Amino acid sequence: MIRTIMTVDDSSSIRQMVNFTLSHAGHQVIEAVDGKDGAAKLDGRKIDMIITDLHMPNMDGIRLIREIRSHEHYRYVPIIMLTTESQDEKKLEGKAAGATGWIVKPFQPDQLLAVVKKVLR
Amino acid sequence: MNDLHRTAYLDEAAELLVELEQALLQLEGDPTDQEYIGRVFRVLHTIKGSGAMFGFVRVASLTHGVETVYDLVRGGKIAVDKDLVDLTLAARDCIRLMLFSDAEEDPHFEQRTARISASFLQIAEPFQAAPVPGQGYVPASQEMKGKAATWRIRFKPATNILRQGSDPLLLLEELRELGECRIVAQTCTIPPLDELEPDDCHIFWDIILTTDAGLDAIRDVFIFVDDTSDIRIDLIDEGDLADNPETRRKLGEILLERGDISREDLDRVLAERKYIGQMLVAEGLVTPDKVLSAVEEIEHLREKTRLHEARETTSSIRVPAEKLDRLVDLVGELVTVQARLTRTAVHHQINDLLTIAEEVERLTAELRDTSLDIRMLPIGTTFSKFRRIIRDLSQEMGKDIRLVTEGAETELDKTLIEKLNDPLVHLIRNSIDHGIEPSAERIAAGKPPRGTITLAASHSGDSVLVRISDDGRGLDRDAIHAKGVAAGIIPPNAEFSDRQLFPLIFTPGFTTTSEITDISGRGVGMDVVKKTIDAMQGSIDLQSDKGKGTTISIRLPLTLAIIESLLVRIGESHYVLPLNSVDECVEIINEEIADCRGKHIATVRGSQIPYVHLRERFTIVDELPEIHQVVIGRVNGMQVGFLVDDVIGEHQTVIKSLGKMYRQVSSFSGATILGDGTVALILNLEELLAHELRAGCESSAASIES
Repeated sequence: MIRTIMTVDDSSSIRQMVNFTLSHAGHQVIEAVDGKDGAAKLDGRKIDMIITDLHMPNMDGIRLIREIRSHEHYRYVPIIMLTTESQDEKKLEGKAAGATGWIVKPFQPDQLLAVVKKVLR
Repeated sequence: MNDLHRTAYLDEAAELLVELEQALLQLEGDPTDQEYIGRVFRVLHTIKGSGAMFGFVRVASLTHGVETVYDLVRGGKIAVDKDLVDLTLAARDCIRLMLFSDAEEDPHFEQRTARISASFLQIAEPFQAAPVPGQGYVPASQEMKGKAATWRIRFKPATNILRQGSDPLLLLEELRELGECRIVAQTCTIPPLDELEPDDCHIFWDIILTTDAGLDAIRDVFIFVDDTSDIRIDLIDEGDLADNPETRRKLGEILLERGDISREDLDRVLAERKYIGQMLVAEGLVTPDKVLSAVEEIEHLREKTRLHEARETTSSIRVPAEKLDRLVDLVGELVTVQARLTRTAVHHQINDLLTIAEEVERLTAELRDTSLDIRMLPIGTTFSKFRRIIRDLSQEMGKDIRLVTEGAETELDKTLIEKLNDPLVHLIRNSIDHGIEPSAERIAAGKPPRGTITLAASHSGDSVLVRISDDGRGLDRDAIHAKGVAAGIIPPNAEFSDRQLFPLIFTPGFTTTSEITDISGRGVGMDVVKKTIDAMQGSIDLQSDKGKGTTISIRLPLTLAIIESLLVRIGESHYVLPLNSVDECVEIINEEIADCRGKHIATVRGSQIPYVHLRERFTIVDELPEIHQVVIGRVNGMQVGFLVDDVIGEHQTVIKSLGKMYRQVSSFSGATILGDGTVALILNLEELLAHELRAGCESSAASIES
């Protein structure tokens, strides 16, 4: 089944890598450059999963997660945050805001796919 | 990691370094500006995070130290001064050198980097807490497999788990994949309807799991939810239980171990000597669900022991195949009678009878599944036959070919396996004869001298997919096109996609080979293959890359005798459509049909879907209903609808053949008897669609000519 996954990250290389990995696994990918861009793309279209960085200009990941959860279309969408190992606090904050899970950077494409499989099956 | 991503990172890092420099200079001018501090931190964070992703380990480690300091700056613990800005600018230059030049050649570079790194560490040191080891999501590694052990898991999700984007059912499914699993839902905590919050999770689950994956793998399943959900995992059997049956646990002990009751209560109730489960429930000490769950655990372990014992005594018997066929026939009759019983019960509204009818329905369904299951055989039994055929034929043709099989254990109804034999032989002969090139030609094309034919079978939904692929020369598009034109099947100047062109080889009498060999090339065969597959309610699909090979996919229903289907009505008559080709049903009103000026197109959620007007096709002329239904499905990979008057519902269809008289009627693949004794015809969707397409071609051809 083709899933639509949004990747929100201010780092273009990470976006590219996520997009590349997921597209090759047969998913459709929407890219957003920061939280604000990501929030703007929550226009009711079908999104099955969102992968977001936490540190971003304009709107950070935590605020984006809150935004997603307050949107009637995306209340139950799995949200995976990208954290670094030094960000345990951020991770908790993200979970409190409604994130589903996390991937610790640096990660390998296989790990990304394993998490996608885990939350989407 | 891919070079592509490394290049992308370098481009990005170059921009980020420029931004970092600007931000630092601005910060120097206004050392307390939170916006500048935030920008510096964010840029550092991205350089570090992405750098680590793409293998720039040194960049990541240097930046990490700098980032730590700026995190403290952000937190107001360290103030920015000129020294810090100088140091950061120096670090920035180091990063640039690491990324964009061969800094290794400079002997001082290493020292300088180490010095900068050390300085940042020193600044941050007084504020550092003991480092917390990070834990990420690491998929359970396969090497950790040990002995199969049995675990008891109680998974009590946080009430808001759905709003966290986690679906507890997916987690249960994931557990199920780890091993043999029994799951009992505990529903005692569901509040009354008026207090029920629909997107709260009120249920929790008791799971008994036997797996060799180990505790870590089980914990990994819950990694995203274990902070908010209540998860208890206990080892109840380390895999030796089957060897000493005396360790079998009793219900009371299990409940006690789980902490669902106390020892005193248990002892007191035990003294009364009744069925322990009933007694505990009657006393109100545990809920029936909890007892049920403990019983499941006993059953699970008992079954394990039984399996173990069964392995030692032989557990299969040989039965003549006709007996099984007879059994399935009888079950078929029973399904029909059961439908009648249900109908009668509903019609007369007799409650007692309804209860019995429901019971019979459940038993019949179980009986049906069991008897169909008995007839299932692993497809591998035919695969082994092909090994010999390929060996003999390739020797005869002087080609070097090996056979690879996958999914030999895939089970399929015995009659289907028998019927599948001839088409597969034919397709394999084709691959050997036309597909795989002689070794010399293969070497010239840069391929390994030995050709490979792959036979693969797998389950997909309620059908079985059988693939025959070869790494030979692929279909010759131009030859097929030329032949199609010559035979008058396609117009000469039209453009065709592979999808449209390749199916031509299924046309009777179609061959592109100029010489006829003993094995193939006479142009009889592919059409017969297609017919056989169609008759089996299956579909055939062809993919080919010139020079790379051809793959033929055959999709078959699991069984032929009884299928799940959708019962529909047109006028006075009933028809059934195989449910596995149906996606959805939508309503359409008369005006919409009329609006399209004779074109049969339905608009569903903005996209246009062509449909077959069955009423027209079958020339049914009685009164038109106001609202029609379009049953939308997928036929030969094409989304298409079928217009009917009314959709009645799902139906267990026992397939009966139509008899010799109706052999020419291709629109129906069979018939079935409904609960009220009337006959419903089974629609052959592919044939109906093909007819429509042919008719469409003719009418558009006619309009061009006129």
